[in-house]
Amino acid sequence: MEEIKYIEPAALRNEMLRLRNEAKMDFLESLTGMDWGVPAEDDAPGTVRGLGIVYHLESTETHERVAVMTSTLDREHPELPTVSDIWKTAKINEREVYDFYGIIFVGHTDMRRLYLRNDWVGYPLRRDDDPEKENPLRMDNEETVDETTEIELSADGTIKNKKDVIFDDEEYVVNIGPQHPATHGVLRFRVSLEGETIKKIDPMLGYIHRGIEKMNESLTYPQTLALTDRLDYLSAVQNRHALCMCIEKAMGIEISERAQYIRTIMDELQRLDSHLLYYGCLAMDLGALTAFFYAFRDREKILDIFEETCGGRLIINYNMIGGVQADIHPNFVKRVKDFIKYLRGVIHEYHDIFTGNIIAQNRMKGVGVLSKEDVISYGATGGTGRASGWHCDVRKRMPYAMYDKMDFKEIIYTEGDSFARYMVRMDEIMESMNMIELLIDNIPEGEYKVKTKPIIKVPEGQYYQAVEASRGEFGVFLESHGDKYPYRLHYRSTGLPLADIVDTACRGEKIADLITVGGTLDYVVPDIDR
Amino acid sequence: MFDFSIVTNWVHSTLTSVMPEGWAVLIECVVIAVWIITLYALLAIALIYMERKVCGFFQCRLGPNRVGKWGCFQVFADVLKMLTKEIFNPKNADQFLYNLAPFLVIIASFLTFSCLPINKGASILDFNVGVFFLLAASSIGVLGILLAGWGSNNKYSLIGAMRSGAQIVSYELSAGLSIMTAVVLTGTMSFSGIIEYQADGWLIFKGHIPAIIAFLTYLVAGNAECNRGPFDLPEAESELTAGYHTEYSGMHFGFFYLAEYLNMFIIAAVAATIFLGGWMPLHIGGLDGFNAVMDFIPGFVWYFAKAFFVVFLLMWIKWTFPRLRIDQLLSFEWKYLMPLCMANLLLMTLMVVFGLHF
Amino acid sequence: MEITKKPKIKDIPYDEFTDNDSLEKLVNELNQGRTNVILGVLDDVVNWGRSNSLWPLTFATSCCGIEFMALGAARYDMARFGFEVARSSPRQADMIMVCGTITNKMAPVLKRLYDQMADPKYVIAVGGCAVSGGPFVKSYHVLNGVDKILPVDVYIPGCPPRPEAFYYGMMQLQRKVKIEKFFGGVNKKQKKEQSEE
Repeated sequence: MEEIKYIEPAALRNEMLRLRNEAKMDFLESLTGMDWGVPAEDDAPGTVRGLGIVYHLESTETHERVAVMTSTLDREHPELPTVSDIWKTAKINEREVYDFYGIIFVGHTDMRRLYLRNDWVGYPLRRDDDPEKENPLRMDNEETVDETTEIELSADGTIKNKKDVIFDDEEYVVNIGPQHPATHGVLRFRVSLEGETIKKIDPMLGYIHRGIEKMNESLTYPQTLALTDRLDYLSAVQNRHALCMCIEKAMGIEISERAQYIRTIMDELQRLDSHLLYYGCLAMDLGALTAFFYAFRDREKILDIFEETCGGRLIINYNMIGGVQADIHPNFVKRVKDFIKYLRGVIHEYHDIFTGNIIAQNRMKGVGVLSKEDVISYGATGGTGRASGWHCDVRKRMPYAMYDKMDFKEIIYTEGDSFARYMVRMDEIMESMNMIELLIDNIPEGEYKVKTKPIIKVPEGQYYQAVEASRGEFGVFLESHGDKYPYRLHYRSTGLPLADIVDTACRGEKIADLITVGGTLDYVVPDIDR
Repeated sequence: MFDFSIVTNWVHSTLTSVMPEGWAVLIECVVIAVWIITLYALLAIALIYMERKVCGFFQCRLGPNRVGKWGCFQVFADVLKMLTKEIFNPKNADQFLYNLAPFLVIIASFLTFSCLPINKGASILDFNVGVFFLLAASSIGVLGILLAGWGSNNKYSLIGAMRSGAQIVSYELSAGLSIMTAVVLTGTMSFSGIIEYQADGWLIFKGHIPAIIAFLTYLVAGNAECNRGPFDLPEAESELTAGYHTEYSGMHFGFFYLAEYLNMFIIAAVAATIFLGGWMPLHIGGLDGFNAVMDFIPGFVWYFAKAFFVVFLLMWIKWTFPRLRIDQLLSFEWKYLMPLCMANLLLMTLMVVFGLHF
Repeated sequence: MEITKKPKIKDIPYDEFTDNDSLEKLVNELNQGRTNVILGVLDDVVNWGRSNSLWPLTFATSCCGIEFMALGAARYDMARFGFEVARSSPRQADMIMVCGTITNKMAPVLKRLYDQMADPKYVIAVGGCAVSGGPFVKSYHVLNGVDKILPVDVYIPGCPPRPEAFYYGMMQLQRKVKIEKFFGGVNKKQKKEQSEE
């Protein structure tokens, strides 16, 4: 259980600036909105109440980690100071908190709802809100609002309302999505164009917002596991691994070494699966359809392995609290070894047909360059971060499962353009294969699942656990009040910073480059929208 | 070599013996029109089937194989379905232009199609500026595309159509220059004249280096002309979701679909005619026995074999390479391809002047 | 003349399909209005063409979309049936396979897409979420089943359904198309008042 320091809202900005500048905390890992309820008479002194936020910060230089929280008791017009000028990722995360809790951030330049419609009534994640009563299905088209009001705090303490405009009336705004050709899901971009050049992009999210975080508050812990596979379905095993680890850490359960080995191997197989699909979909977006078929042909072999042991192709349902659901199939080791041998033999085809092609290189080199500061400030982890020179691999920063006992390379490129992002993932395929080979022959004997109580109750406290999912750092923040239901279960999404950084990457590029950048950033929309 | 003009002359003489000249010509025109449309439709069906199977084989899968043996009736099913789909008229679209556009594209396609000689004496439009006429007629297609984009009342169709228009207009230059290179060598612009010139060897053998360069640049430019392969940005839009034919459905869309495949066939057929000899069999000077055997195979078999071979090459290119961006596409044409074509034309001229060809 | 249509799929016997009742009921309804021999044969030809050339609209919101892509890929290869021409423009597509969860925010967009499609059009609801809300049925933002806003022809349950299940559903749709009466009356699923809204 981590120590989270409480800070008063009035002192928040100074403390944040101090943390950013003196303690060099330049990575805002997670920003979670909370509703701690109304103050009750039997509260112990020091109990936090009201609407608030928990911040998880990390320094990329010293690797020190700090968590702070703040809250306000005002439920009619809750206001908190913004940190979006200190960490750029806070801009979109604070919009999410506004959407779910209604907290208005003083000084935030774009206070619009993020996931829900503009005409949505109420704030769904508040404890006293009944979303379905106020919001029947509305079939009329949503009005697009291009102006927001910002609350500006001037130097002498007075509050002013300032109008912020997202798109001017004279700008030529083109709509891309939400129905895309089937790769990336339902994401809508509004793009302001000047000829063929992009001036500004505004992503509109929420078309696959399924309300998972609200649902979690009424599901028991084993039931919450079922929904993690459906978040980023190409990191299904890794997402569930994160949640299981968080609950196990909270309850103090130690799982057997056999289960650790199996979990690590499954994670790496899932990473291979996801990167192969990434390659296929990127090639398809750029027009080389044949590469898509080659990637899927090889991906099917991994799915066969998953199906034999776990029963599922896409939704794997394998990790459980205390271990894994069933022991590995007797054929598992042999099939994995055969597959790795096969893939090593064909991976050169992928490079021949796509990487070395002059057209592909012209379309990717120098396109969508992201600097290291931007990537850290936006919190864009995963292959995107590593392509700009940031050492953000969770398997090295906060090792879990078998990763601290294995020797593997972290793939870093420094150019930060689309080609670097692409090459990071291709090299990660090779690295994952090496990792699996290290582990596959040495799986120790033991039980695959530790016995747990029939009803799982997590002790009170706040816990955070992250894994390196295929797309970046996937974090689970769990706050429990001792029940069998979580009080708040928040997922630190891998894709939300990536959707946010599309704007920065594409300024000044052409429309066709938007596709390349979107394809190489590699986001999956249900993970963004949760 | 079987000369088809025997048949045509016989038909003409029998008709003129039973009715006045005007009526005879009218009946002949109707018959030829029916023939063109039938051949067009059959070729389109064959090409669509070929594309689906060939692309399937490149992608290590089978193509259609359930509808009829080896899937050969698949395209007939597609055509039947397209005939029975509802045809739209979007409310704010410019009705006249919107409905005219597919027909312009088809008419351009028919005109260019009828220039090509299938066998000795079996050409429909054959006059002394055949090549010039072909290049001019193929430009009508651009109008159809631009009208489709404008008349659809849709921002994306407009952007797609503009891009396509710019692309086609630019690459017509390179295509035309490559053909001009061949014309310099053969000395005539009429198609039958060009083919007769190749009686003792195809142009790529006779003209060696400049002719091979011209052949390759013609293939690249022709590919871009029919919006295929690495140059299909305006239509294969995973970027703007569709192209200039977004708002068309049913048979109007069918026209665009057919015209795309037939344009590809026409490009391939023109390349086969000008550079590979058309219906002229492969003759090696001096080997009379070999030449007699080659002459035995009818002209139209040679013609279709060569045209389909070039079509296969074009499909191979399409299913291998990714797409070029519009500015890369245009800069490729204006900065690299066209100067190359002009230099090649100069080279060919020098070669002809100094008699360095075979 | 009575229509004796038996929807047949090559190589799969009629009795192996589990839901023959709804198709037989449809045929009985069509038999109420008679038709003559020539139109009957023409009907069969056109329906054969239509059922073998159903072009889906590329529409995938979440996980089931990946299984749809796997269906088009080399191992399962829906091109064999003629389905691989997935058009991205709704005007040129014949059917919409709703793969994935439909949320309240996405529902008007989906309805608009469906309205833009050209007749004759079909809807397949793929996966638990599109059939009834799936694992997210309790959520405040999820539409519990796409049949609340669209007339669905075939339901394919599963989370996600295997590609073989996709094929079963698509073959059921093919059988349904084969028994439709094309000439002399149209089988529209929405009443005239509904479609004029």
